[in-house]
Amino acid sequence: MLTFITKRIGLALAIAALSVTLLFIIIHLIPGDPARTMLGPKATPELIAEIQARMGLDKTLPHQILIFFGNMLQGDLGMDIFSNRPVATIVFEQLPHTLALIFSAIAWSATLGIFLGCFSAVRRNSLADRLTGILAVSFIAAPAFVIALYSLLLFAVELKWFPAIGAGTPGDIGDIIWHLVLPSFAIGLSWVGYIARLVRASMLEILGEGHVRTARAFGLPEKWITYRYALKLAILPTVTVIGVGMGFLLSAAVFAEIVFSRPGLGKLVIDSISTRNYPVVMGSVLVSTILFVASTTLSDIVNAILDPRIRQAK
Amino acid sequence: MADTENTKTRGEFAEIIYHLVRDPLGCTGFVIVTAFVFIALFADFIVPYDPIGLNIKDRLQGPSAAHLMGTDQLGRDTLSRVMMGSRVALQVALPTIGGAMFIGILLGMIAGFGSRTVDNAIVLFFDTIRSFPTVMFALAVVALVGPSLTTVIFVIMMTSIPTYGRVVRTQTLSLRNSEFILAERSLGASVARILGVHILPNVMGPLAVLAAMDIPTVIGLEAGLSFLGMGVKPPTPSWGSILNDGYSLIRNTPWIIVAGGIPLILTTLGFTFLGEALRDVVDPKLRGTK
Repeated sequence: MLTFITKRIGLALAIAALSVTLLFIIIHLIPGDPARTMLGPKATPELIAEIQARMGLDKTLPHQILIFFGNMLQGDLGMDIFSNRPVATIVFEQLPHTLALIFSAIAWSATLGIFLGCFSAVRRNSLADRLTGILAVSFIAAPAFVIALYSLLLFAVELKWFPAIGAGTPGDIGDIIWHLVLPSFAIGLSWVGYIARLVRASMLEILGEGHVRTARAFGLPEKWITYRYALKLAILPTVTVIGVGMGFLLSAAVFAEIVFSRPGLGKLVIDSISTRNYPVVMGSVLVSTILFVASTTLSDIVNAILDPRIRQAK
Repeated sequence: MADTENTKTRGEFAEIIYHLVRDPLGCTGFVIVTAFVFIALFADFIVPYDPIGLNIKDRLQGPSAAHLMGTDQLGRDTLSRVMMGSRVALQVALPTIGGAMFIGILLGMIAGFGSRTVDNAIVLFFDTIRSFPTVMFALAVVALVGPSLTTVIFVIMMTSIPTYGRVVRTQTLSLRNSEFILAERSLGASVARILGVHILPNVMGPLAVLAAMDIPTVIGLEAGLSFLGMGVKPPTPSWGSILNDGYSLIRNTPWIIVAGGIPLILTTLGFTFLGEALRDVVDPKLRGTK
C-alpha cells in the first residue's frame, strides 16, 4: 500500500513539474513577450528591459525554469508588478471562493447523481430508467455557462429568488450559501448526469455478481442488498470521477464567477488578462493546475484504499 | 439473424445510418446535426437579414414576425446572427478535432507499437497535458498572444490530443500481438504497413464515436471563450459573443440570451445523442466508457 502511495505521489510530482515546464516552453515558443505585452506598445526599450530583468525574462529558458521551481518550492510565485504584492498572496486570497463553489457543486451533484443512478439501476429498463437516462445525457451535454446564464436570467433577474452578484457578506454563512446556490447549480448540473450514469452502470454490474446472488439466496431483503451491499461498492468509481472532475469544475467555475460576478480564481484571471497583469495570470493557472493534479492523485489513493483490486492491478 | 443477413447486402456506412435512424435518440441527434451542418454551410443564402447590418431604429426588440428571435442593441437580427454563429462553431470544431485526432493517432500508435520507454514517455506527455484545466490553460495562452479563433483552435486541439491518443494506444496495444498482425509480420510487412493498413481501420470506429462526443465539448468551449471575449472579434457573430451581448443587456431584454443559448444547447444535445447511438452501433462493448 505504502509503495503504491509513494509511487503515485512520485508520478504526480513528475506530472506537476512537467506541466509547469511545458507551460514555460509554450509561452517561450509563442510569439510575444510578457514584458512587452504588459507594458503595451508605447513602452520604451529601457523600461521593457527593466521589467524583463525583474521577471527574469533576460535569462536562458532552463535557467528561468530552475529559478521558478526554486521560488515555487518556497511558496513564491513572483511579484505582481502593478500592486507590488506577492502573486501567491493575491491568488490564495481568491482561492477559497473558488474552492467553496467547486466543493458545493460536487456535494449536491454527487448526492443527487448517486440517488438517480441507484434509482435507475433498481428499475432497470423501465420507462423511469429510460427517462432518467435521457435526462442524464442532456445534463452532461449542457454547457455550464449557458446553464449559468439561463439560471441568472430566470431565478435572479426575472423571479428575483436568488442574488445575481457577488459571494455574500463575509462571515454570514446563510448569505454566503444563498449566493452559492445558482453558481453551484450551474456548474454541478452536468456532474449529476455523469455520476448518475456511472453509478447506474457499476450498480448493475455489482447486482449481477456472485456475492449479491449469495445474499439473495440467504433470503436477505432486496432493499438491504441494494443499499447496504451494492451501493457501497457502486459509489467507488465516483471517487475517481470526482478527482478528474476537479479539472472540469475549475474550468466551469471561471464562467460561473464571471456570470455571477463572484470573486475567485477565474475572475482573477479574466481581470488580470484585461489589465495585462501577466504574473498573476501565470500564478493562477499554475495553482489551478497543481490543484487538479493533487485532486486526481488524492482520488486515486483513496480509491486504492477503498478497493484492494485496483491496488493489486497496478 | 435474418436481419444481419439482410444488412450484409448494404454498404457499411449505409448500415450504420440505418441503425442510427432506428434509434429514436440517434435519429433526433442525426436530424439536429444535419440541420446544424446545413445552416452552417448555407448561412449566407438563408439568413433573413444581414447578420452585421445595423438598424438602430429597431434595436432591442422582442420576438416578432419580422424578427423571429428579436434584435440586439444595434438592431441586428438575432436569428441571422445565430445562424451565422453556427459557422464559427463548425469552423472551430472541424480543424480542432481533425488536428487532435491526427496527432492523437500518430502518438497513440507510436506509444502502442514502440518500445516501453517510448510508450511511458508518451503516456506521461498525455497525462501532463491532461493536467491543465482547459479553460485556465486557454486563458494563459490568450493572455500572451491576444484573443483570436486560431488561438482557441490551437488550445482546444492541444488539450484534446490525449483523449484520442489514449484510445488509439490502448487499441494498438491490444492488437499488436493478435494473430493477424503476427501473421502479417512473419510475412515481412513493414511497421508502416501494419499500422496504416491493419491497425488504423480498427481504431477508426471508436475514434468516430469519440469525435462525435467531443464535438459538443469543443463547440461549448469555443462559445465559452468567445463569451469571455477571448475568441472571435466583433462584429463576427459567434454563439458565445451573442451570449456576451445578451449578458450585458440582461436587464434590458432576456431574448438575446435565450436566443443565443438555444442553438448551443440543441447542437450539443444533438451531437451527444448521435455519439451515443453511434457508439451502440459501432461497438456495444464501449458502453459506459465516457
